[in-house]
Amino acid sequence: MKEPKQLSVSAIQNGTVIDHIPAKNLFKVISILGLDHIDNQITFGTNLESKKLGRKAIIKISDKFFEDADINRIALVAPDAKLNIIRDYEVVEKKVVEVPDSIVGIARCMNPKCITNFEQVTTRFRVVSKKNVALKCHYCEKITNQENLHII
Amino acid sequence: MKNKSLVSIDDLTTDEIMKILDDAAEFEKNPVQDLLLGKVIATLFFEPSTRTRLSFESAISRLGGKIVGFSDAGVSSVSKGETLHDTIKMVSSYSDLIVMRHPVEGSARYASEISPVPVINAGDGANQHPTQTLLDMYSIRKTQGTLDNLNIFMVGDLKYGRTVHSLMMAMSRWNTTFNFISPEELKMPEEFKLYLDNLGLKYYEHLDFTDIISKADIIYMTRVQKERFSDPIEYEKVKNVYVLKNSMLANTKANMRILHPLPRVNEIHTDVDSNPKAYYFEQALNGVFTRQAILCSLLGIK
Repeated sequence: MKEPKQLSVSAIQNGTVIDHIPAKNLFKVISILGLDHIDNQITFGTNLESKKLGRKAIIKISDKFFEDADINRIALVAPDAKLNIIRDYEVVEKKVVEVPDSIVGIARCMNPKCITNFEQVTTRFRVVSKKNVALKCHYCEKITNQENLHII
Repeated sequence: MKNKSLVSIDDLTTDEIMKILDDAAEFEKNPVQDLLLGKVIATLFFEPSTRTRLSFESAISRLGGKIVGFSDAGVSSVSKGETLHDTIKMVSSYSDLIVMRHPVEGSARYASEISPVPVINAGDGANQHPTQTLLDMYSIRKTQGTLDNLNIFMVGDLKYGRTVHSLMMAMSRWNTTFNFISPEELKMPEEFKLYLDNLGLKYYEHLDFTDIISKADIIYMTRVQKERFSDPIEYEKVKNVYVLKNSMLANTKANMRILHPLPRVNEIHTDVDSNPKAYYFEQALNGVFTRQAILCSLLGIK
């Protein structure tokens, strides 16, 4: 049997590790991926030191493997996130997240006069810029940019 | 286009636009027909817009259709707190098509997703007003004989003016040259200029009327509204700069026509009205034919 590696959060046998999450967005990632509603064993650590992010968070989910389309939904809040797919304590695959072409039900439209801010409407955006994220609202057609981005 | 909604001018292909303009020309020759006999059209005006509503109701009445609806949200169940969702669900079961005006942006797109019958956006806040754009294009094509290679001047409030943005976007499908005349505070927003840059279309910006208007094929006037200015003194300075007078039209081209979405306040002097280049009242009449074409197209009648 292989020696479990020494990490600040204990290693998992099979599942997914999501690393390089900005610490302040940990709970948004948990909410977007619905991790608060599943029965899998989950451990997470936050405010860990990171050269790149200052303070990062990490989530380890046992026996859970994500589709690309699902995992890309966290790109707005954790653009630098890295995924390690673990099988029998070994990293068998690494993935990065990519901003998808459309965003459904995650972000709020910044236009106070948009219908999505008046009635129970699931927000929908087309991503018009991926580098400095800019979202065009499917309803009011106004642009919501990175600085004004609020996650629901 | 049967059963499709018309929410934004971008929803239409260029072929669909041309088909509507061709149909509108047919309705101009023969505006009284029985095409909507037995049809019920709902006109839901959540905010008053007398001109647009009368134009639609005239278009429907001349084709034999019946109208249900309201002209002010104050008299409908909206004032009792009903959601737009529920209003649209209810009205769509009473009617074959919904014409809707609403102050909230994106409301028409949302309604079109709820409604099983087509929705025509008759203005959703500062967002879109596609039937105005189509009647503007009809007026341009009718007076110029083409939509291609025209020099279009847009004057007044180019920052907040929904009609100028939509018309500019629609006309950028052709080789159009644009000239924008506006006060500094109400200039055409960068995103639209960037859009033209990407298409390689030429545009020029001016702070006031000069001899440059002698190059115009179309002068599209809009209101400069006092409430758009953060500083009332700025408004006082510019309010008379963007007024078109008959004396300024002497050197303009013979084919040039002046358009205005109306209502006008003082930005076109009444001495222009008798000039054959004044076209804004005919433009309003063209709205009836254009709306007849749109209604029939969405109902799959023509």
